[in-house]
Amino acid sequence: MAFGPFLLLALMEGLVTAAVLALAAAGLSLVFGVMRVVNVAHGEFYMLGAVLAWAVTTMIPGPPALAFLAAVIIAPLLVAALAAAADGLILKRLNYDPEATIVATIGLLYILQQAALSLYGPNANPVTAPFEWRIQLPWFGYSGYKLFVVFAAGMVLLALWLFMNRTKAGLVMRATQVDRTTAQAFGINVDRVYMGTFALGAGLAALAGVLVVPIQQAQYLMGHDPLLLSFIVVIIGGLGSLRGTLIAALVIGLSDGVISMFFTPTLAKILATLLVAMVLVFRPQGLFGAKA
Amino acid sequence: MTNGLLHPTRRGLLMAGGAGLLTAALPGYVAAQAAPVKIGFQLHRTGIGAAYGRWYERTAQAALKAINDAGGIAGRPVEILFEDDATDPKRGSEVVDKLTQSDGCDLVMGTLFSHVVMGSAPRAGELKVPYLVCSEGYHVASGALNRWTLQPGITDVRAQISTMAPWVAANLGKKVTMVFPDYAFGHDHRDFFTAAIQAQGGEVVAQIAVPPTETSFTRYFPQIPAETEVLYHVMVGPAVLTFVKELGEFYGTGAKPALFGFIDSLEAVDTATPGLEFLEGSHFWEAHPRVKAADAGEHEGHYRAAVGVDDNGASVSDAADVSTYSHMFSTWETLYFIKQAMEASGYTGPADRQKLVEAMEAITDLPYGIERPQGAKRFNGKTHQVFGAQHISQVQGGKLVKVHTTTIDEGMYEDAVDYTTMYF
Amino acid sequence: MTGNSSKVWMLHLALLAVLFSAQYWLSPYNVTNLSRIMVLAVFAMGYNLAFGYTGLLSLGHALLLGAGMYAAGLPAQLWGWSAGPAFIAGIAGGGLVAAALGLLALRTAGVSFMIVTLMFAQAGYLTLLYFAPVTGGDDGFAVVATSRTLMGFDLSTDTPRFLAALMIFAVGLLASLALVRSPFGRTMVAMRENEERSRMLGYNPFTVKLAALTISGLYAGAAGAAYAILFGYVGASFATIQYSILPMLYVLLGGAGTTLGPFLGALLMFALIEAATGITTAHQFIVGAALVVLVLFAPKGILGTIRERWVRWLP
Repeated sequence: MAFGPFLLLALMEGLVTAAVLALAAAGLSLVFGVMRVVNVAHGEFYMLGAVLAWAVTTMIPGPPALAFLAAVIIAPLLVAALAAAADGLILKRLNYDPEATIVATIGLLYILQQAALSLYGPNANPVTAPFEWRIQLPWFGYSGYKLFVVFAAGMVLLALWLFMNRTKAGLVMRATQVDRTTAQAFGINVDRVYMGTFALGAGLAALAGVLVVPIQQAQYLMGHDPLLLSFIVVIIGGLGSLRGTLIAALVIGLSDGVISMFFTPTLAKILATLLVAMVLVFRPQGLFGAKA
Repeated sequence: MTNGLLHPTRRGLLMAGGAGLLTAALPGYVAAQAAPVKIGFQLHRTGIGAAYGRWYERTAQAALKAINDAGGIAGRPVEILFEDDATDPKRGSEVVDKLTQSDGCDLVMGTLFSHVVMGSAPRAGELKVPYLVCSEGYHVASGALNRWTLQPGITDVRAQISTMAPWVAANLGKKVTMVFPDYAFGHDHRDFFTAAIQAQGGEVVAQIAVPPTETSFTRYFPQIPAETEVLYHVMVGPAVLTFVKELGEFYGTGAKPALFGFIDSLEAVDTATPGLEFLEGSHFWEAHPRVKAADAGEHEGHYRAAVGVDDNGASVSDAADVSTYSHMFSTWETLYFIKQAMEASGYTGPADRQKLVEAMEAITDLPYGIERPQGAKRFNGKTHQVFGAQHISQVQGGKLVKVHTTTIDEGMYEDAVDYTTMYF
Repeated sequence: MTGNSSKVWMLHLALLAVLFSAQYWLSPYNVTNLSRIMVLAVFAMGYNLAFGYTGLLSLGHALLLGAGMYAAGLPAQLWGWSAGPAFIAGIAGGGLVAAALGLLALRTAGVSFMIVTLMFAQAGYLTLLYFAPVTGGDDGFAVVATSRTLMGFDLSTDTPRFLAALMIFAVGLLASLALVRSPFGRTMVAMRENEERSRMLGYNPFTVKLAALTISGLYAGAAGAAYAILFGYVGASFATIQYSILPMLYVLLGGAGTTLGPFLGALLMFALIEAATGITTAHQFIVGAALVVLVLFAPKGILGTIRERWVRWLP
């Protein structure tokens, strides 16, 4: 393939990777930013979203678009409820101690993965995209739904930004993020904020799972990569900065896509990983984080 | 939790609990008769091999029932103890240990993923317990393992690949681009197919090794040279369906090379899945045709019924639950191989393990029968590897239809090792 | 403290005595398992020195385990090195890679350190795959028998293997006890508790942390090399993220910042998986639930919580 179209494809793929990363990381950015807990089970909420999307679209008859719309609503709600329960039953009792939370969420990861394996099975199952739209360029074909994912990621991040900056709930969450004790002194029910944040973060992860599943299939181990990549994106972007999360996702996605043009795939992956690691080495607070 | 909302036909939880109780209760019951032959089964119940593991377990259970119904091994009943290795080499070697030392199994069998085989075989050698793998890796015949490790149920990937090249060169084209996972299984494909197609006067114009951590593949497809006549693809793991779908999107309605894939890219996946329409007319290697062939042997129907698979290769209880048909027969055939060797050696217990391996090494011809539903085989005692015929199928109307069968001889190659000269 | 000092050393020596005697009263199967657990515990003890004492939350220790494993396994495979030199090469490999990792990653702290170590480890894992012709890639390779003997002892047989694992474990345990009770050990803890104050007291945090991480790497290297030599297999799966999470889990479960916690955590996880797979095929339910319950009752890890509530002199 000629260099031009090749670059175009690499950029498009990089953009899609960035969108998937941003979607998966948005919820984590919230949980990590507000609660300061390392939620190892975050990827499993993403997986549950995808698996539930499969279940919902399989059970609801009718046009794919309608079934998919149902999944977009139902799956995140169920996962958010599950996360709220996990918060109340486990994390709250641990007082959100950073170290104990790691062990507890590893336990949660085992439980959720086993649940998916036992109830859903080990196979990767496809979910039909809400619409069939293939773009046929002169050099290659491209999935229209992938471009929709880019659009959806932008919408989700925008909505989240508006929520955090334009609503009272968002204000309360930001206040708790800045200083938990003072927030409490001002009469904010921190327990409820935490539960809400954890549920919202999990719901966002599930939503990401639903949106991504038509291009990546539902499988019980699929939460692994998004977990690692989300952490990377959130930290590179700078803790608590949504804009940082978005830009970090773009940097990682696009560099991954472009570097893969010039090297053999595994070498490209190594170089892309090192490149991103070096960003953090020379800018430890992340791209948009406040200097510690 | 979210029970009932999910897959309605999967009673995994109930069955799992029941199976646990059963294995706990079984030994006491059987001990009333002759002491049973205990076979340890290293199973990919969790981890990336789980889709295969489930069918390996079902097939082994079916063969076990058939063997016990016919009087067991040398008149003794047989039982299988399944133990999860989490598709992990470290746990794999611990499982070999547990099955042998703690559960007192006579031998261990069953592994598919080759890194688990590599991690477990040293422990089997130390314990001096026969370790019969169902992996199709070239690791056994290459001489990398030991005298206790054999692969009597499935042709290795080197032989499979070598038999494909003549047909590909004659029917699809001579300029081949290969896409494969960047780990040992993929490297076997790269090395042996490249050599085999050169022997046919063809050439591999590009080799694209995809890192195993990858979940999206489109960005690598532009590296496929335009002169490519045949795109040879093989992928394993959870991302296989994504890989095949993205390949379809990439070529779309434009001109595309002939596609030749290893069925591994689609094991446990329905070929009629939306998004796979572009595979129509393309060809796949199959060890054992998933869709029952018109000229299938007399035992094919019985085998399918015993395992619980319909004529399309899906579970009889759920047509969407597609089997790993080109691999799972190996557990069935390995069990019958064990039976044959145990009876030939007069095996009575763990003290006879060496005698048992020697009896296995003495086996050569394995004719077609219910013992070998995939077809006749030839066992090479020196390399510990079995050889059988391979098939090529074409996707026609969304279904795999067998179009070509190789001979056993086409897959034979010069011995790289003689395990029979090694110490036990 | 002096009265406690003898108690502390007695406790550790008593544990080693019990472990030594285990070969006489455990089944051969469990003796081998104990060898495995002790090797894993060495890895976890190294992690504990970095994380539990110095406060370095690393998610990249699989890189150090892998470095030790390949630094021991490759010379054995390529040039036929025997067990002794191969083991020393493994320790050195772990330490060197840790020092190199520290030089870059210690520019960061906290969660950034966690992510940077994670990414370097991921790059390391992919590098093992990339050089598959030498490393064997994901398949890895079996270590040749001649490299598994030490002074005439065949380390692939039960008793020599157990004694070798115990020896490595004992040296690691006593060294870590001595280290954390030394002035340097207290400097490490000062890094964890308040880096600014220790800087004002004249310590260079970077040097202290680099030293702690390098020592941690020596432990991880020893564990990786020991696994290669004692269990005869070298493979890239040991360099995956899973093996970065495991030592963290062992340490947190047993008690971060306790000398015996890593061993207890490794033992407990091994026993938990063994027990759970015997109960049901859906064994991850049991392991997961047990972790949640354990951490609810002992949020500081088992020994950490015991120390906090009852036995204050526990190191």
